[in-house]
Amino acid sequence: MLNETVRGVLDQIADTHEFPQETALNIRVDGQKAERRNTRNIEIISKTDKDGIDIHIAPGTKHGSVHIPVVLTKSGFKDKVYNDFFVGEGAEVEIVAGCGINNCGCDDSQHDGIHTFHVGKNASVVYKEKHYGEGTGTGKRVLNPVTEIYLEEGASITLDTSQIKGVDDTKRYTKVIAAAGAEVLVQEKLYTHGDQTAVSEMDIFLNGAGSKARVISRSVAVDNSDQTFYPRVEGNAECFGHVACDTIIMGEAKAKSIPAITCNDVNASLVHEAAIGRIAGDQILKLLTLGLTEEEAEEKILEGFLR
Amino acid sequence: MLRIENLSYTAAGADGEKEIIRDLDLTLEDKSFVVITGPNGGGKTTLAKLIMGLDKPTGGRILWQDEDVTSLSVTERAKRGISYGFQQPPRFKGMTVYDLLKIASGREMTRIECCDYLTRVGLCARDYVDRDMDDSLSGGEAKRIEIATILARGSELMIFDEPEAGIDLWSFSKLTDTFGAIRQAREATLIVISHQERLIALADEIVLIDGGRVAARGTPEEIMPRIMGGTVSVCDRLEA
Repeated sequence: MLNETVRGVLDQIADTHEFPQETALNIRVDGQKAERRNTRNIEIISKTDKDGIDIHIAPGTKHGSVHIPVVLTKSGFKDKVYNDFFVGEGAEVEIVAGCGINNCGCDDSQHDGIHTFHVGKNASVVYKEKHYGEGTGTGKRVLNPVTEIYLEEGASITLDTSQIKGVDDTKRYTKVIAAAGAEVLVQEKLYTHGDQTAVSEMDIFLNGAGSKARVISRSVAVDNSDQTFYPRVEGNAECFGHVACDTIIMGEAKAKSIPAITCNDVNASLVHEAAIGRIAGDQILKLLTLGLTEEEAEEKILEGFLR
Repeated sequence: MLRIENLSYTAAGADGEKEIIRDLDLTLEDKSFVVITGPNGGGKTTLAKLIMGLDKPTGGRILWQDEDVTSLSVTERAKRGISYGFQQPPRFKGMTVYDLLKIASGREMTRIECCDYLTRVGLCARDYVDRDMDDSLSGGEAKRIEIATILARGSELMIFDEPEAGIDLWSFSKLTDTFGAIRQAREATLIVISHQERLIALADEIVLIDGGRVAARGTPEEIMPRIMGGTVSVCDRLEA
């Protein structure tokens, strides 16, 4: 039975604590399996050599759904978990993998989720990951996710990650290797405040003909927080890649964006755009003329930007 | 009623201070449709911005419905029923057209209502209502959405700064109809900064601004021949 704190954190990271029956489920609380459910096409098995699970999605699965939320409530608890996804040929699945930390103590709590995706031919994955931290304690809330994705021919993945509140330190690494005709779309959203720091590093290798990558990173850094982005895309065949990083900074915040694109094939076409700056003055003025105050205008602009 | 008394505005430039608006007086009746025209650099846009509060005057005062609004902020003026359509509307990443129109209306607007405003500015509503208000919109599209925000706001004093700029002919025709309908319904006081003959022809009154002052004012019948005939000194410098 999940307690009230866990249910509250689940509501933040998964938008619910009651998961529909047709959803395969693995809830991990403070390093332990709290609940698990398999479905006809999706099987979740505990690893025997290390902490973590293997998630098998049968070939040809349609409208598959998996939730694997992780909740940390013990102050000072450090958790490292390996989750491997095996998505069968032609399967279609949505995977939601949020992590929430409630730290009311003085020791640092940390969760490092190492996710590996093996996406079969022509399979399609939507992966959503939401990070959230709360609690009144002085202990830090630390999340260091690593995501590795291997896309076979014609496979596609949409990576939708967001870290909106309360995570003190984060170091994110994402690696994607795409075969012919494979596609990856990365949508990253990040909000840091207080003295938080965030580093996001990404390597995308477009190895197959006709492979495509699109990275849309939007972030907001306020107060004294600090963000650094390293999105790197390498084109090793006829391929297309586009990286767009936008950061809004406010207060004393700092942000750094260091995109890199490498073409190792004459038919590779890669583009990057990066912009860092405060909210544009004309945006604020427009919303003032619509009757909002300056604070309300900022709030609306940021709300849309991070949606 | 909008009453502008002895309004002045001086801006600092590379060549020192420049007086953009000089001791300007202007009174506009409620529900009237006024086109402000005149040569570039004459002070039209500055005057519109001063009315909205986007710039602060260096002298004089602005009264709206008998209240002195000169020291009020943009937000306070907006809440008192003044709205302003920008010549170059800003873009918002992540905000949809529907979001922006909802903010403009200040209420929970239905999609059907939103679509109605878009149709009124010549946009195929279903193609635009969920579009992001970002750089993927062309200049003309953004401009029409800007005008839709003013219509959605439903304020008593609507100021449009060159609504025709960047709009194709078909949409402009639709826009002219929209302005005509507002005038017909007498829904609001309309101040339109424009060089467009068709908009000028619709107006109850034309105000010619040159050198930061009102150079002439009158009905389209009175002013148009003077503009066309070049008898108003500034008119040979008007844009086509």
